Amino acid sequence: MKILVCISNVPDTTSKINFTDGDTKFDTNGVQFVINPNDEFGLTRAMWFKEKQGATVHIATVGGPTVEPTMRKALAIGADEAFRINTEPTDGFSVAQQLAEVVKNGGYDLVIGGRESIDYNGGMVPGILASLTNMNFINSCISLEIDGNNVTAVREIDGGKEKLSSSLPLVVGGQKGLVEESDLRIPNMRGIMMARKKSLSVLEPVEAIKATEDKKFDKPAPKGQVKLADSVDQLVDLLHNEAKVI
Amino acid sequence: MSVLVYTESEQGKFKKNAFEVASYASAVAKMMGTTVTAIAFNTTEGESLGEYGVSKVMNVKDSSLETFNAGGFAASIAEAVKSTDAKVVILSSSTDTKYLAPLLAAKLSAGYAPNVVQAPDSTAPFMVKRTAFSNKGFAHTQIDTDIKIVGVSNNAFGAHENKTEVSVEEISGAADAATNDTKSVEIDKVVGKATIADADIVVSAGRGMKGPENWGMIEELADILGAATACSKPVSDLGWRPHGEHVGQTGKPVASNLYIAIGISGAIQHLAGVSASKTKVVINNDPEAPFFKAADYGIVGDAFEVVPQLIEKLKDFKAQNG
Repeated sequence: MKILVCISNVPDTTSKINFTDGDTKFDTNGVQFVINPNDEFGLTRAMWFKEKQGATVHIATVGGPTVEPTMRKALAIGADEAFRINTEPTDGFSVAQQLAEVVKNGGYDLVIGGRESIDYNGGMVPGILASLTNMNFINSCISLEIDGNNVTAVREIDGGKEKLSSSLPLVVGGQKGLVEESDLRIPNMRGIMMARKKSLSVLEPVEAIKATEDKKFDKPAPKGQVKLADSVDQLVDLLHNEAKVI
Repeated sequence: MSVLVYTESEQGKFKKNAFEVASYASAVAKMMGTTVTAIAFNTTEGESLGEYGVSKVMNVKDSSLETFNAGGFAASIAEAVKSTDAKVVILSSSTDTKYLAPLLAAKLSAGYAPNVVQAPDSTAPFMVKRTAFSNKGFAHTQIDTDIKIVGVSNNAFGAHENKTEVSVEEISGAADAATNDTKSVEIDKVVGKATIADADIVVSAGRGMKGPENWGMIEELADILGAATACSKPVSDLGWRPHGEHVGQTGKPVASNLYIAIGISGAIQHLAGVSASKTKVVINNDPEAPFFKAADYGIVGDAFEVVPQLIEKLKDFKAQNG
């Protein structure tokens, strides 16, 4: 089985978010970048398929040279080979088009991406990629088993979960549940050393439709002072008469 | 040319977000000087969309589409877009809709802006405000394609009555041309209980509850309020509560009218995930807990004392106010 994990390079979850250039760009100053958490759950599940079922695992990222440290981390976790598509990611639609080229040329059985990236929250790359490559698609996937060509998966739904059957080739939008938080791996020294020697190829982008453009950003208005209630009586009164939410 | 809205239903009945997205579509149609057509699947109450500004309902009657199927639903919606020559498609932010939206975007070569929080800034160019950076910021996103898809954030726009004469027509579903052999095997879903996605009130608890055996009072409080229960990331990682309850940056977003956080200190990732909630209440014994800075109301006190008192008080309150 040949697996491609699509990795997005995103600000660490603890990052404070600021904008620059007249609020038209995300301010990367002082921001630590990491593997998008939803992608990392997918990558870790892919490692399981590698170790238990002999899968080969490649990764792909759309971005300039600055994304390479994040890609090396994915290689240190255990991916075998990496592809960087050398263009700045602008919107989900064009990112999916770039990745579709890698998928078509690589003959992958399974492609895993995160359900959404935690920066631009588009949530569309895996689904558009599945459509462009004519593969099955399961989103918000929280459990994935593969036996030959047959797929058994569970996806999250509002208020519960749904068990699905499908087949390879398949694209999955992954998230926590594919593996547990405690299954995530911190690269060890041997992994880091080996990652340096693994192949990271740089591919030139194909022409793609740019569907959307983030023109300007702003931050939520600052919150007013909290009102502390002395008793539950006062709290219920405030919620009923002032906030009018009960 | 019209605005097309996909209104979700369950066993024939519209979900709450159907009226919100219909209202949103109606606002967009007004800006563009056109009308709203809705597409629904096997609904029995199509006419009710007329209350929210929809003038035509296309009800897909198809036994193969009785339960949600992302590929089949996306194909049918794409057909409706073509037959009505719609240039703008309005969707909700439910998990099912976020499953079909990218498939629809690919079929229509349409730009898709999800998590939109208010009526478009403008329709020419088409610009919408949406949450980004997991609710830590907003992006004003311009959609440049001929057909535009807008996903409306839960509970951001609200339902607005706007009585319109409405006609309902039955249509058949479209076959999904793409390879699609993904099938539902089994659905495991809590019935008759509010979900985090559509609840007006969410009661959420964290590590301050000390252990899963203490969740009885959280569930009781939620029951009295008709609320959904949620939890912080450490609680779900420890296995005290199911993953589906984890709210925050890497969990589910919450956009309820009232969010009650009990024994949750308020890590930046958690605050981001719940920031779209309108009123936030914090109960925590640590007055320095960061959550107090992001809350509207709070009580500094031990959850094991405050929550039982709150339950008793709300029982009385409900008895008096119905």
